[in-house]
Amino acid sequence: MIVNGIERKIEKPVSIANLLALENIDPDKVVVEVGGTIIGKEVFDSHLLNHKDNIEIIAFVGGG
Amino acid sequence: MIVFVNEREVAVETGVSLYWIRGVYKMDADICIVNGFMVNKNKTLNSNDRITFIKRGEIPKEEELEALMISRHTPGVHDKVKKACVGIAGLGGLGSNIAIHLARLGVGKLILIDFDVVEPSNLNRQQYFIRDIGQFKTDAIKKQLKEINPFIQVETHNVYIDEDNIEILFKETDIVVEAFDNPVCKAYLVNKVLAEFNETYIVAASGVAGYGSNNTIQTKRIGGRLYLIGDGISEAKENCGLMAPRTALAAAHQSNTVLRIILGELTV
Repeated sequence: MIVNGIERKIEKPVSIANLLALENIDPDKVVVEVGGTIIGKEVFDSHLLNHKDNIEIIAFVGGG
Repeated sequence: MIVFVNEREVAVETGVSLYWIRGVYKMDADICIVNGFMVNKNKTLNSNDRITFIKRGEIPKEEELEALMISRHTPGVHDKVKKACVGIAGLGGLGSNIAIHLARLGVGKLILIDFDVVEPSNLNRQQYFIRDIGQFKTDAIKKQLKEINPFIQVETHNVYIDEDNIEILFKETDIVVEAFDNPVCKAYLVNKVLAEFNETYIVAASGVAGYGSNNTIQTKRIGGRLYLIGDGISEAKENCGLMAPRTALAAAHQSNTVLRIILGELTV
């Protein structure tokens, strides 16, 4: 699968929550888009990503 | 042919000159603006030209002021921004600057939201004054906007945006500007706006702290309705503060993105 433009190999489907944990990203600070669709936080545990998915993770940092 | 003098339609003979019209409408004008640009010598006018005459230092009548204020806009911009409704979530370093930009543009309706009061540490980057300390940011900014452009509608809400009010707050808006400080609030708002509304654009910011290079502040379009501004990494934290120039730089990116969306220019 492709995460933020970079190809990443996975052995089996992972949930969005798993992917964020692997990347060490706080799920409360992200917008996640899979194939152009925004995925709500409530399905981070259940939405499985497979090797064909193109994932965009926008991790917000503080300041404004 | 038709030309517009101080935004009023006027029928004139073809081939008439700028100074001839000035002689008729405002003999003592010392500033002539044609189609958004100041012109210093006489010229032949074309059909549909927009001309504004201003006498330097003269306080115009209220009914004329709006036309004079927009005379440096690119023609056609004002009519479109006047019809737009933009929500700004957060009135700190980003939001206070953006509110002023959009008021100067003449965006017809602004919905401004913040729950906080002005305090001294805000003054290094936010558009407030010492006299505003202790005032709600919504009230302080509204006062300024009235002095900058009294021809726009400004609605303010002293609330914390949550599940219960988000739909009511933004139901009218064409574009929501995310201008929060807290990253959890930023993510929450962007997710909510994209999920709850089908046509609303959101213009968000991430990575505006410090004094890193100007050129790392970028505008990106993600999916169809999300625009993200900032360098994506410069987080406000210990030893990395938030200061006026870079915050204002990102705010200007956000404001121009709002303008571009209103004008139908959806690319970055």
